[in-house]
Amino acid sequence: MGILDSKVPAGPLADKWTNHKNQIDLVNPANKRNIDIIIVGTGLAGGAAAATLAELGYNVKTFCYQDSPRRAHSIAAQGGINAAKNYQGDGDSNYRLFYDTVKGGDYRSREANVYRLAEVSANIIDQCVAQGVPFAREYGGLLDNRSFGGVLVSRTFYAKGQTGQQLLLGAYAAMNRQINRGKIKSYTRHEMMDLVKIDGKARGIIARNLVTGEIERHSAHAVVLATGGYGNVFFLSTNAMGSNVMAAWRAHRKGAFFANPCYTQIHPTCIPVSGDHQSKLTLMSESLRNDGRIWVPKRLEDAQAIREGKLTPLQLKEEDRDYYLERRYPAFGNLVPRDVASRAAKERCDAGFGVNKTGEAVYLDFASAIERYGKEKAMTSGIKNPDKNTITTLGKEVIEAKYGNLFQMYEKIVDENPYETPMMIYPAVHYTMGGLWVDYNLQTTVEGCYAAGEANFSDHGANRLGASALMQGLADGYFVLPYTIGDYLSNDIRTGAIPTDAPEFDAAEKEVKDRLSKLMGGKGLHSVDYYHKKLGKIMWNKCGMARNAKHLNEAIEEISALRADFWENVKIPGDANGMNQELEKAGRVADFLELGELFAKDALNRNESCGGHFREEYQTPEGEALRDDENYRYVAAWEYKGAPKDAVLHKEELVYENIELKTRSYK
Amino acid sequence: MIKSSLARKVVMALSGLFLVFFLGQHFVINITSVIAPDTFNSWSHFMGYNPLVQYLLQPILIAGVVVHFVMGFILELQNSKARGVRYVKYKGDANASWVSRNMLISGGVVLAFIALHFYDFWLPEIAYKYIESNPEDATRYHAETVHKFEPIWRMVLYIIAFVLLALHLLHGFASSFQTMGVNNKYTPTIKLVTKIYAIAIPLGFVFIAIYHHLNPITH
Amino acid sequence: MKLTLKIWRQKDAASKGKMVDYPISGVEGDMSFLEMLDVLNEQLINKGEEPVEFDHDCREGICGTCSLQINGEPHGPDRLVTTCQLHMRKFNDGDTIVIEPFRATAFPVLKDLIVDRSALDRIQQSGGYISVNTSGNTVDANAIPINKHDADEAMDAATCIGCGACVAACKNASAMLFTSAKVSQFALLPQGQIEATERVQNMVRQMDLEGFGNCTNTGACEVECPKGISLENIARMNREYYSASLKG
Repeated sequence: MGILDSKVPAGPLADKWTNHKNQIDLVNPANKRNIDIIIVGTGLAGGAAAATLAELGYNVKTFCYQDSPRRAHSIAAQGGINAAKNYQGDGDSNYRLFYDTVKGGDYRSREANVYRLAEVSANIIDQCVAQGVPFAREYGGLLDNRSFGGVLVSRTFYAKGQTGQQLLLGAYAAMNRQINRGKIKSYTRHEMMDLVKIDGKARGIIARNLVTGEIERHSAHAVVLATGGYGNVFFLSTNAMGSNVMAAWRAHRKGAFFANPCYTQIHPTCIPVSGDHQSKLTLMSESLRNDGRIWVPKRLEDAQAIREGKLTPLQLKEEDRDYYLERRYPAFGNLVPRDVASRAAKERCDAGFGVNKTGEAVYLDFASAIERYGKEKAMTSGIKNPDKNTITTLGKEVIEAKYGNLFQMYEKIVDENPYETPMMIYPAVHYTMGGLWVDYNLQTTVEGCYAAGEANFSDHGANRLGASALMQGLADGYFVLPYTIGDYLSNDIRTGAIPTDAPEFDAAEKEVKDRLSKLMGGKGLHSVDYYHKKLGKIMWNKCGMARNAKHLNEAIEEISALRADFWENVKIPGDANGMNQELEKAGRVADFLELGELFAKDALNRNESCGGHFREEYQTPEGEALRDDENYRYVAAWEYKGAPKDAVLHKEELVYENIELKTRSYK
Repeated sequence: MIKSSLARKVVMALSGLFLVFFLGQHFVINITSVIAPDTFNSWSHFMGYNPLVQYLLQPILIAGVVVHFVMGFILELQNSKARGVRYVKYKGDANASWVSRNMLISGGVVLAFIALHFYDFWLPEIAYKYIESNPEDATRYHAETVHKFEPIWRMVLYIIAFVLLALHLLHGFASSFQTMGVNNKYTPTIKLVTKIYAIAIPLGFVFIAIYHHLNPITH
Repeated sequence: MKLTLKIWRQKDAASKGKMVDYPISGVEGDMSFLEMLDVLNEQLINKGEEPVEFDHDCREGICGTCSLQINGEPHGPDRLVTTCQLHMRKFNDGDTIVIEPFRATAFPVLKDLIVDRSALDRIQQSGGYISVNTSGNTVDANAIPINKHDADEAMDAATCIGCGACVAACKNASAMLFTSAKVSQFALLPQGQIEATERVQNMVRQMDLEGFGNCTNTGACEVECPKGISLENIARMNREYYSASLKG
């Protein structure tokens, strides 16, 4: 087992969490008042944890780089949140949600964590409804569900195409209630620059006030990092511009192991890149695959003609279209998991069937859904023998009610009407399954330092199913951390406030200031974006949807060289004493330049294809991923030893007692 | 309660609606000066001498006017403080009508007009009744009114004022319903009624002014 | 496309600012407005000048971070979009574009085009929540059936992204649309009834304290709102407020 202890409680899978909760130590309410907790990041995981811990009585300080907790990137999640409510009576259960998640993650996640996630999922929905989250409802007044990729039941709850927004605003409201009570002190426009450890325990952070440039010390008895994922290492991703790995990476440098950095989810349905100026990519919710059919032309010459603008998709007859997902995966069709759908799109485009100018786009077509819904609507509206126009009009109305905001967004960006002509989509970096290694209690390898939500590695294995990120973030924040942190803090009731004048704070602050002056002292040849874009190109081309040893080795070299160049030649105007967005970006890119290398190293180490990690050397003759359970059924947790190339690998063997390891098949 | 912005707004809306109602009543009486001078005389006399009207409704009306204007100015002052630094470029017409954005201008003109109107009619009337203590004369009103509109400048001033009043009403009437919390399926109807009322009533007053100017009493 | 940008520059909250002209070329129609500013900043940095600072984050129109008064309108001339989703195809070659921060006394400028909108957070903190503990031990979600129409309307109100465009557009810098969106969301749901009285009173009080102007029903906020929040919400808040006041 090595030095990694997952601390999974003993006992049957279904009882582990209950037993664990019954056995952990509690802190009495009077003592909670004397304990401080720092939470970095105020998205679903951080916001939920902050609200709950404050409600329990702890003194909570929250930090976010945005100007308000409500802006965390959880807000951009569109499609929905899974919960094993079985409201539809279609055979759902905790076990099935657990099974789907482990299978969807290609058998690279920890059983006990995933089961706990499934177990508390139903509570999340109850909680959110009580908070006033306006989930979509049926005419009878009960909650509506939709289905998502990789599963055979309808268990996804949603609020139009803005589920993440509504859930985040729910957590933000819960936070506001505690801010109003004085139990949460919210530091906005603050960025965590370093973790402070005293006697081996996380006892505070150094933060930079992004408005004044001041370097501040904040102490606490425990630190929670809920700072999201690191998809922006690719420069272009669906993440927010500010999403970064800084907090997690600073903790990593202080001893927190970084697990499975190479597990990246490339989301299949994003708006294709339009040019070099592009600053980010926009997701089109996976829920669209419920009704949209994905295709490319069957014949190369048709694809060519479309790319040259000589042919429109509408002119292509049904028999000349290749609905490749339906062809390859008849059981799941357009609803295969994200990794499978993304790779299939890449495969078709690489083969020359891409349909936009750059050849990197496939169609997502709603024509048949419009017809199907139109007929249905005509029937229920009592229209007998409707003509084609009536059907189309009615069908469009139904589609608009379901996806109106997404269609509108597409039209604004692409300047094409998706009701009339099929959408064009292409995969884009979306979510990172890897993150800080945590045990069952969500504690990292640094005592007292916890990681929650996308920032940890725990629940999604090598691939995350749709609508599971929101579930995990809220589960970690509302229902897991409040128990497990209490267990840890029960030893701290007599500690008293942590002084910020300890030598460890002095040292950490000095380190931060030195780093900032080093950044400001660059020779000034190229902007931060210049380096970030270069890094992104390396990552996308060599560590993207399909990887091989040769490319990964090259990536390691190139990133290392780019990092050296960056520190030598980056150009940051202005000064560090005050607001300076270039300096903020520089600090984040500096960490991406280290993480990127570790990412490639991890991908190189993993000689198998699983989930979001696809190694070209390891595939079946049909091009499906080839997993190696014998040699790689483990979590790769990396220990920091200076340069990323020197990182030391620790393995947490994954034990499957309740699920049989199978080759994933969505055929 | 009057401290809160919403309470102040409801004061504006209620006093405004009251003034809208008063305006309609005023118009009904005035139009008789064109179509039935005798009726005009008897109604005017009633309004001028009925104690209920004189000692109850008249002070309420004056209070209504005062409250509406004072509150309007207080709110405007607050509003202008709420944007300390102005925009270099502000494209107000892109998202709101001129009338809705310039209630201060239209209201100010109407206020000036009310001063003139008091000077023209109300002060002489008060002087006639309470200072000079003249005897009651139920037949004098029509001639006095027509006489006032002989000079063209007065007719022009009245017309200008009524145009601005129309603009003020165009926003204010419907807006008071929104302030009172009425925004539902009847809102389009309220807006239509507002349009008709805001144009028809001032137009009627304009007609009266022009009619009397063109038909002076010559004796 | 070649454009002339007139941009508000201000060193920090304490300094005085001024408009500065920047010519820019090579702008493409497919660029978003913020990508156009990225291009400008890249040029400024390479010339050794300080880039123009502006708020932005998700760049997909949902986080509410981006702002900007563009040619006299918040989020620019297009409707139902935030600045990050405004595309340069809405402008013409040779245009002059005036770019200013959102202006309101309650939104002090921090630097260049960045303003402090924490006043909006404080309004939410004063009552924009339902006081249930986050234990998860509540009733089953389907134990509270909600009429679909009400749920949909609550959702429409809840889509507010808190960008402050309503304040920026309003000639009075009023925050009524923002405040009423939250009040409405809860007023439309059974879960929100219990605290309805205190909620609307506290939120309105905080809104007034922050120094926002009064609503004069011009409707500018509704037109400029990138999420299409309706004026009906303001009317609803007014009703809620009056009935709360009558209850005392």
